[in-house]
Amino acid sequence: MKEEVVLEMKNVNKTFPGVKALTDVSFKLRKGEVNALMGENGAGKSTLIKVLTGVYEMDEGEVYIEGKPVVIKSPQDAQKHGISTVYQEVNLCANLTVAENLYADREPMKFGLIDWKTMNRKSQELLAGLDINIDVTKVLSNYSIAIQQMVAIARAVDMDCKVLILDEPTSSLDDQEVEKLFMLMERLKKKGVGIVFVTHFLEQVYRITEHITVLRNGTLVGEYETENLPRVELVAKMMGKSFDDLADIKNENASNVKDNEVILDAKELGHTGTIKPFNLVMHKGEVIGLAGLLGSGRSELVRSIYGADRADTGTLDFKGQKVLIGAPIDAIKHGMAYLPEDRKEEGIIADLSVRENIIIALQAKRGVFNLISRKEQEEFADKYIDAIQIKTASRETLIKQLSGGNQQKVIIARWLLTQPDFLILDEPTRGIDVGTKTEIQKLVLKLASEGMTVMFISSEIEEMIRTCSRMIVMRDGRKVGELDENELDQMSIMKAIAGGDK
Amino acid sequence: MTNKAVSLKELRKHRLFMPIVCLIVVLLINLIKTPNFFAVSINHGVLYGYIIDVINRGSELAILAIGMTLVASSSGGTDISVGAIAAVCAAVITNILSGGTDSVNEFHAPFLLAIIAGLLVAVLCGMWNGFLVASLKIQPMVATLILYTAGRGIAQLITRGQITYIRVDAYKVLGSTIGNNPVPTPIYVAIFMIIIASLFLRYTAFGLYVQTVGINAKAARLVGLNPVKIQFITYMICGLMAGIAGVIYSSRIYSCDANNIGLNVEMDAILAVALGGNSLAGGRFSLPGSLIGAYTIQALTTSLYAMGVSADQLPVYKAIVVVIIVALQSPELYKMLRKKTGAQKKTVIKEVTQA
Amino acid sequence: MKKFKDIDTNKFLLGITIVMFFVMYIIGMIVFNKQGFAKPQVFLNLFVNNAGLIVIATSMTMVMITGGIDISVGSLVAMDCMILGDLMMNKGWGAWSAMLAVLVIGLVYGSVQGFLISYLNIQPFIITLAGMFFGRGMTAIISTEMISITNETFSSIAQCKIILPIMGTMNKHGKMMYPFIYPSVIIALAILIIMFVVLKFTKFGRSIYAIGGNEQSAMLMGLNVKKTKFIVYVLDGFLASIGGILFCMNTMAGFVEQAKGFEMDAIAGAVIGGTLLTGGVGNVFGSLFGCMIRGTIESFISFQGTLSSWWVRITIALLLTFFIVLQSIFSKIKAKK
Repeated sequence: MKEEVVLEMKNVNKTFPGVKALTDVSFKLRKGEVNALMGENGAGKSTLIKVLTGVYEMDEGEVYIEGKPVVIKSPQDAQKHGISTVYQEVNLCANLTVAENLYADREPMKFGLIDWKTMNRKSQELLAGLDINIDVTKVLSNYSIAIQQMVAIARAVDMDCKVLILDEPTSSLDDQEVEKLFMLMERLKKKGVGIVFVTHFLEQVYRITEHITVLRNGTLVGEYETENLPRVELVAKMMGKSFDDLADIKNENASNVKDNEVILDAKELGHTGTIKPFNLVMHKGEVIGLAGLLGSGRSELVRSIYGADRADTGTLDFKGQKVLIGAPIDAIKHGMAYLPEDRKEEGIIADLSVRENIIIALQAKRGVFNLISRKEQEEFADKYIDAIQIKTASRETLIKQLSGGNQQKVIIARWLLTQPDFLILDEPTRGIDVGTKTEIQKLVLKLASEGMTVMFISSEIEEMIRTCSRMIVMRDGRKVGELDENELDQMSIMKAIAGGDK
Repeated sequence: MTNKAVSLKELRKHRLFMPIVCLIVVLLINLIKTPNFFAVSINHGVLYGYIIDVINRGSELAILAIGMTLVASSSGGTDISVGAIAAVCAAVITNILSGGTDSVNEFHAPFLLAIIAGLLVAVLCGMWNGFLVASLKIQPMVATLILYTAGRGIAQLITRGQITYIRVDAYKVLGSTIGNNPVPTPIYVAIFMIIIASLFLRYTAFGLYVQTVGINAKAARLVGLNPVKIQFITYMICGLMAGIAGVIYSSRIYSCDANNIGLNVEMDAILAVALGGNSLAGGRFSLPGSLIGAYTIQALTTSLYAMGVSADQLPVYKAIVVVIIVALQSPELYKMLRKKTGAQKKTVIKEVTQA
Repeated sequence: MKKFKDIDTNKFLLGITIVMFFVMYIIGMIVFNKQGFAKPQVFLNLFVNNAGLIVIATSMTMVMITGGIDISVGSLVAMDCMILGDLMMNKGWGAWSAMLAVLVIGLVYGSVQGFLISYLNIQPFIITLAGMFFGRGMTAIISTEMISITNETFSSIAQCKIILPIMGTMNKHGKMMYPFIYPSVIIALAILIIMFVVLKFTKFGRSIYAIGGNEQSAMLMGLNVKKTKFIVYVLDGFLASIGGILFCMNTMAGFVEQAKGFEMDAIAGAVIGGTLLTGGVGNVFGSLFGCMIRGTIESFISFQGTLSSWWVRITIALLLTFFIVLQSIFSKIKAKK
């Protein structure tokens, strides 16, 4: 059977201020196939999809649909060319009824007015075809996220499309609903629709897809046939195996830290809905890795310790004392620090200068009436700009004008200034260049050797093997295992993350 | 030569550049149109002249602008109830001093007590706004709409719908002059408040906290700040400032006309903040900018009066100024302009890359 | 508890408003029975006195559903009245051409505001604040004196009594008096119904709701967000001018201080009628009831006689607080779910 390519993207480039998000990425989708788009956070999957659906305009590159070159500048354009999309976050209007969400912009009309009766009937039928029996005249927000996601899928499917993009549609669905979705996908495949499927559930990838396209750091790793790509190899391709100048970094004092005093002891700590109760002990000077795929609960675990999401079960001992952490300020006062995963949304304070961004946490710790003098502020800022080599025009430059890596360094400086005993780094190296990455890793080891306890979250296993003395593995909001130093190798970690030996 | 060019460029980047330019433009137009604008004379022992009038009449606006700046920065919204709060405060004070009658020739209660009570009520109003905005997360404009609507009604309720006159010289001091001092008292009050506010911002971390919360509340919480508390406090301060402005308004006319005290002044205060180069969507603020904005508006008002524009027609010019300023601040405008010239640029870039 | 969650909170809020209106009205009929509160004409006067406000509140509802706001309407109404007066009384225009001119001015006003808000992406509050200044100032530039309108055509349209042949009452002289309304009421109600149909049964109307619900989603669903918002403000300017004409038919004059605070009355009416401040939810009939509640409070105070006019504002503010807090509580419950 001859391959019929329905969608092709060639040499797509996209740059955001300070970050190259996509570099010469090509992508091919055949008629009637499911192609899984895989890659860790920041690999460029979402950017590629947003370029395809017209949310972003690409800098360079071409898009062909059924061999014809097309220009997509807006979501309307994409729909016109037969591209339907279901986004990860439900992109519907929760204030409208289910039926309206299904038929927005293509409502059935009668005498120039919207024919609600027909619309409701057709909606009911459409959803009944998917075994979803809900009242379509009710407002969408009455229903669970899972149902909303199914409605979004139904909408996308019902529009006569050639290409269907499913961007992590299953993260909020239960097994039964996933089955329904797969049934639907099979049906569409038979009709000749090409489906781009983004997910981080490996099992689903192996169930439904024909091809797997892997992205890493905004570049194409390759396209593979699903049946010929073993699971472990896929994880390896996603995580990356670049042995560069990082190789000489090694955690040398890893073995003897276990005898140090216990700095943190969490018992049955948990946050309803995001992270199941867990136990965790950490020692002075330890670097502990937290591994797991996106959505496995790794960020949620640290957030519950830090009080970003207040833990609602269990107890926490810190430095030998029982502590109650109701808000981040409590954690800071006890000597914790937290570099959040989402640098832009939760890390930087975009319109403040580098200096202000560095001193803000210490200032908050000190209180409003205990202002750090301007001279001291400048000294602190200069000290860290120098010590961890933050590349900035001056200490008064606004942080938003810095590159991603340097923004991250400023946030690290912010926390080092508070002289914490326990530092949480959630994806500190994501989306930043290799050089800065190495510097951050070295810094982590140096801090640990000086007695700081560091919790390190990363999507890159290599990086964690090099820096961590112990590793905790997360899956589905649960702590599923701990690996000691002598067990730390790529194979065992990936197996633990993937779940089983399959 | 190049040095000079660079420093000029730097100057233009400074956030106070535009506000100062606006003020200078207004003053220059005055100098040409009304040559005696800057003339100062002493009339009945009081400084007299257009420019004195600007500084004197601008006092209340400057005080209000302090509060409005903080509110806009911390919550990305505006407090439209300041005029009404000023009226309530004035009503409380005059009512206490008059002991419930419509016109008195001597205080019926200690002066200080009345002022404190009035300001306390103003602070309470601010706290109410703060509670709605910070705790209940209601849009600032809508939350303050409640007091905007009710404030003057409450003020009239307190004064029983009458204009309460306090014909006591001590009461007029705040709105006129102290003894034989030629400088009008409101100027002293404004300077005093500006100094207090500047010192407070200079020697505490409050300004930094407010900006941090306004720029990124999520990040602010993670670095250990309490966004709810900080927003609440800014509204409280704004209430207090409205109260102080109310005291001066009332003292000027030694009475309380609940319907007209501080009428539409909220709009001027908001405008002052915007003119000062501060974003009304929250974040970084510059108090000097807002103050310059406040005096610019007063200068604009006074000079339009000097040119014979009636008070009623004034808003037309204000509206045009507002639209020009906000349109120039809109990034979309530049995007549009770029798109028009964009086609040409792109071809140039292509040629360059090919070369 | 589960049952409570199943209730559509928006319909619930609207229900509260309607029930509140009738309860208030019935209380009025009982308390002020002697003064004749129960007469049908008193009820109809609610419409007669508020015809302009009803149109403007309808338009405000539409704007608020997109998540925007328009505080320029009060000034625009004043300007409309002044222009009508000026054109008819000073410039010798006919009633019809003067009204047409005012409608065109409304369209232009709306277009300028709409362009600045939707295409330049400037906050609606700021732009309409400027619009508010402009309108009020323009009114004063045209004339600072009050212009009374005595144009025959205009007053015959305004004061043409339409007698309703129902529920007549006998007056003192034994003559049968039937309740009546003016054409302005019919126009206002017609616009209300047209806007209801537009919002409920047209793509444009549903786009307005979608934008207010989630602008980003609306864009991703393929709706043209900017264009829709632009049209909303153009239509808003047009409707505000119709409201201005109706208002003028009631006052028969143009003066600078006219319709001050009108915008806040309209916003309060919409909010009390269940329009969500955050956008996406609202119903023009709710706003109608919001305006009627306001009218009822006004009638209470005029019937009571000794209470002062400021009680209207205080009561409205109390109701406003009640509804805003209620909305906030509901949205918190929803978020928890």
